[in-house]
Amino acid sequence: MSISHTLLALLEESGPRHGYDLKRSFDERFGHDRPLHYGQVYSTMSRLLKNGLVEVDGIEAGGGPERKRYAITDAGITDVADWLSRPEKPEPYLQSTLYTKVVLALLTGRDAGEQLDTQRAEHLRLMRELTRRKQGGDLADQLICDHALFHLEADLRWLELTAARLDKLATEVRK
Amino acid sequence: MTSTASTASAGSPRGAASTAESAAQGAGTASEFLLSASGLYKTYGSTAALDGADFAIRPGEIVAVMGPSGSGKSTLLHCLAGIVPVDAGTVTYAGRDLGAMNDAQRSALRRADFGFVFQFGQLVPELTCLENAALPLRLAGVGRKEAEARAGGWLERLEVGDVRRKRPGEVSGGQGQRIAVARALAAGPRVLFADEPTGALDSLNGERVMQLLTEAARETKAAVVLVTHESRVAAYSDREIVVRDGRARSMAGAL
Amino acid sequence: MSTAGTREEQRGDERTQHTGEAGPARPAGPAWRTGGTGAAAGRRGSGAAGPREWAHDLALGARFATSGGRQGWLRTLLTAVGVALGVAVLLLAAAVPEIISGNDARSEARSGAFNTASGKAQPSEYSVLGKDANNRWNGYQLYGRLLQADGSSPATPPGLDHIPAPGEMAVSPALKKVLDSPEGKELRERLDAKVVGTIGDEGLLGPYELAFYKGADDLSVPGGAVRVDKFGSPLDEDPMDPVLVLLVVVACAVLVMPVAIFIATAVRFGGEQRDARLAALRLVGADIASARRMAAGETLVGALVGLLLGGWFFLLGRAFIGRFEIFRISIFPEDVTPGFYLGLLIVVGVPVTAVAVTIFALRGVAIEPLGLVRKSEQRKRRLWWRLLPPVAGAALLIPLAGGLETGGTVNEVQVSSGVVLLLSGIVLLLPWLVERIVGRLRGGPVAWQLATRRLQLGSGNATRAISGITVAVAGAIALQMLFSVAENSQSSESQASRYKSHVDIYGPHTTLADTEALTADLRRSQGVKNAHGYLQSWVEAKGIEDGVGITVGSCATLRAVARIDECRDGDSFLVRTPKSVSEEQGGATPPPKRGTPLMLDKAPDDGGRSNYTWQVPGSARTVMGIELPNGGSLDGLMVTPSVLAEKRLDSPSFQGTVAMERNAKALEALRTTVFHTDPSYSLWENADQETADQIGAIKNAVLAASMAVLLLIGASMAVSMLEQLRERKRQLSVLVAFGTKRSTLGASVLWQTTVTVVLGIGMAVFFGLGLGWVLLRMLGDARADWLVFLPSAAAGAGVIALVTLISLPFLWRMMRPDGLRTE
Repeated sequence: MSISHTLLALLEESGPRHGYDLKRSFDERFGHDRPLHYGQVYSTMSRLLKNGLVEVDGIEAGGGPERKRYAITDAGITDVADWLSRPEKPEPYLQSTLYTKVVLALLTGRDAGEQLDTQRAEHLRLMRELTRRKQGGDLADQLICDHALFHLEADLRWLELTAARLDKLATEVRK
Repeated sequence: MTSTASTASAGSPRGAASTAESAAQGAGTASEFLLSASGLYKTYGSTAALDGADFAIRPGEIVAVMGPSGSGKSTLLHCLAGIVPVDAGTVTYAGRDLGAMNDAQRSALRRADFGFVFQFGQLVPELTCLENAALPLRLAGVGRKEAEARAGGWLERLEVGDVRRKRPGEVSGGQGQRIAVARALAAGPRVLFADEPTGALDSLNGERVMQLLTEAARETKAAVVLVTHESRVAAYSDREIVVRDGRARSMAGAL
Repeated sequence: MSTAGTREEQRGDERTQHTGEAGPARPAGPAWRTGGTGAAAGRRGSGAAGPREWAHDLALGARFATSGGRQGWLRTLLTAVGVALGVAVLLLAAAVPEIISGNDARSEARSGAFNTASGKAQPSEYSVLGKDANNRWNGYQLYGRLLQADGSSPATPPGLDHIPAPGEMAVSPALKKVLDSPEGKELRERLDAKVVGTIGDEGLLGPYELAFYKGADDLSVPGGAVRVDKFGSPLDEDPMDPVLVLLVVVACAVLVMPVAIFIATAVRFGGEQRDARLAALRLVGADIASARRMAAGETLVGALVGLLLGGWFFLLGRAFIGRFEIFRISIFPEDVTPGFYLGLLIVVGVPVTAVAVTIFALRGVAIEPLGLVRKSEQRKRRLWWRLLPPVAGAALLIPLAGGLETGGTVNEVQVSSGVVLLLSGIVLLLPWLVERIVGRLRGGPVAWQLATRRLQLGSGNATRAISGITVAVAGAIALQMLFSVAENSQSSESQASRYKSHVDIYGPHTTLADTEALTADLRRSQGVKNAHGYLQSWVEAKGIEDGVGITVGSCATLRAVARIDECRDGDSFLVRTPKSVSEEQGGATPPPKRGTPLMLDKAPDDGGRSNYTWQVPGSARTVMGIELPNGGSLDGLMVTPSVLAEKRLDSPSFQGTVAMERNAKALEALRTTVFHTDPSYSLWENADQETADQIGAIKNAVLAASMAVLLLIGASMAVSMLEQLRERKRQLSVLVAFGTKRSTLGASVLWQTTVTVVLGIGMAVFFGLGLGWVLLRMLGDARADWLVFLPSAAAGAGVIALVTLISLPFLWRMMRPDGLRTE
């Protein structure tokens, strides 16, 4: 899962904000198990700044440490779009990335259904390959392929479920 | 026909992949496809089961039709096979317009060129398994002896030769489904329509049925329209199309 | 009982503790098994259900019957209407004895002992002279009496408050209507009296009866009148002809049986949906016995509603009956009331039968939690016990052979139970036969294969659907055989009347002068070609068993009926039957020998008076008789008036034969002529019109009833056929998807019915002819008409064809691909 893309997309959705607000926003939506360290956010934003994907919108002086306010650049928006539309390499346990992508696609007003279809096509491509290998292989091959196939199928079923619940999810996320 | 090809997803932003798919479907020469459909509309009561769906399949190709329940997958299959008439749009099989045929002609076409496998309840309970498998041949006018001999060969192939004398009520679900596949293939169809063929089976039986079905189809060069909601089943196909809200879109471009 | 449950739970707890399993999985075990209170569960477990379980389950089932939404209501309604139609028919049948006895009571109340010898009252203030004036008009029977009061306060018949004066009459409302109408002109002239009153309902047999009481002043006991001082003497009627009784008993048995079968079919309407629901109930814990009780409860609602509805249909029909004449007979609605015991039998029997049928029908299936499992490994149907009832029926009937030949009486119970048992053989043997025969069928075209295979797998439904019709057809065939024989026994005279149109006239009292006058009048009547009339008496003769007929008449009269060359007053003749007549009648009566002693003036109760003996004159010449228009001839002894005075003969009667145009108007004119001579004279268009009419009426009634029963059963067949088709909806759709031609599917349905129908009708013909043959043997008449089965068999087959035809559009609809949709 790409934290930099997630933060970038969150920045696109919310408009200019502080690094700390971005961390809070991330934690609320995706960080149920593992909140981000602020240091990670800070370093990521520096890298994005260096790559020209974000810019500093202003600096707030206050009682505490220095606080930069970041804003997304056009290059950053393109980068988010590319990331979202790029299917993830199918592999077991990638739900969290897929979930993040679906939510971010919705948050940034993109077509999540299409994104799911793209992902399914990618999954099926791998599944076909596995099926083919399975049909030609020995028992060990078959068992290994089936293991992978079942996990991939589980992913896809989750995707279907998500697609079916998009409407509900959309209102949930936007409230 | 070509002009309506892109109505399917008009209004929704489409990526590069979709454009490629349009090209595959719309720009492909008509002769390239064995069975194609464009702009299909079908309404049951007030619900639109198909809302401008497109479809195309090449000879010998296996295409999975996927989508959530109620999306219109089965309706698409029924329309493609000429089982139900469409409200609008055209279905073309081997250069012939199904909409221009009458019921008897469509029935004859289904007997001669199409085969069917459904999820359940398709075997005639009174007939023996062998007689069930021989039914399409007999309907097509083949004599009883020859029809049963040919059907018997298919039962052997599908590993259910031993239950040929039993009635469908006396065999397991997996065996029943194999008999249905044997029946669908016995008459040598050019297109096999399979509607959730493994829907009522466990994984092992489902896998085996799919394996036998696709192997046999590839060998006889039959095209397969495979309606399923299971991706493991769809993985036996060459490509898939997704039906959502009565509209079909192909992901062929992602290949 | 409850301790068992507790122990079970404890054990469950122990196990939970011991294994440390998650709790919620286990306690579900005992809860699933009980599915109710601990006590009920315990008793259910032991197999026997108490009245409380019965009540509870029946009530639950009843709730299903009424709470299944529109479908549920429709199903219950269908059953109810089916049961109602059956109940209405049964109630009507149960009312038949009451109708007959009501009719008898009304007849008795107005009878003035005209038919019995008991009317020998002395003249008094109250006494009334009455004379039979029954008549016919355009096929209607007229009840008529001439009345003449002796004193000032005469007795009156019911419905009449005073005796009409001479030249006046009281008529029934229906007759008044006729007399007031233009068609009644002939009748106005015939009755020839002023209408002064109306006969009340209590004096009539039915609301549409044509009846009149006419005042007279010339009645006398010697002139054929009877003196009574009260009306309403018990009628000492001839017992009904045993053949007719047999007909009626058999008719009732064969008509009621299909109705009973029909009711049994009707309570199974909607069985498929019910089975699915019962399976669901099993899933949540009901045991098999209680599921059956629930099914029974559900049926009970339909049956009870049907009972009420049937009662209502019956009342509706009863009110209707009052407004119509059936076979020219009308009945007062209040007379159509089922007898108490028969009515009770219906009210109790129908619901009990409904429950019994439901429970019995579910015996062959196991209601499993996941659906109905018809026991696929069905035992082959066994033959032996199916043969017992028909054999028992035959055993009851066959010993009665010849029992009615010499006019014995009918043992109604033995005959009707024999008939029912014999016919039940069809219901029992048909499934066996179908199974046996269908089991051998192989191969054939697809439609045939589908049909035979379907029958091989389960022919029960198919045969059950037609068993009612087969019983009805078999019964109708047996009845037809009886009727054809009864009609045949109308013997030679009616055969003769086929080529000669004639009317016979009989008058119980006459004089020579009256005979001559009437004969002259008859000759003058409209449309008459030729008329013969003579005075005749029948006297006992020594050595001649049947007695001797003596005809008294002038030479002119006698010449008309015999070949007489020379004739003077004082001559007498012995008449031989002409060859043409003896051939036709298959025999001739030889004339008495000269000198044979004849007993004259022998009254039935003349006390100790010695008989007056008179001998056949030695001078009597033998002559040949002439064939009369009625196909017969006069035989016996003919004398001229001076040989034997008419007064010395006991009850000299008028015998006449008229050859005439076949013409209703001429016939009515003839009747008027006779009526004016003496209203008590009878006319016959042919020899035995009376019995023929009676038989004809019963035949018509039975035919109408069997048609109604056939249609009734046809309706139930249609319903179950549609149900079966709906059940197969998905399958039909799949076959259509395959490209199966509609004609193939239609043919398979047709074949399926045809196979069962051919076997069923064949069975019906076999049993019908068999029953008819047994019944004919009872009459001692072996001249069976073996082809009588054709119309009934055709009607049965026709109804089945009709039902199939009706179900075809439904089949087309079922074949639409909608059946494939599962979403």
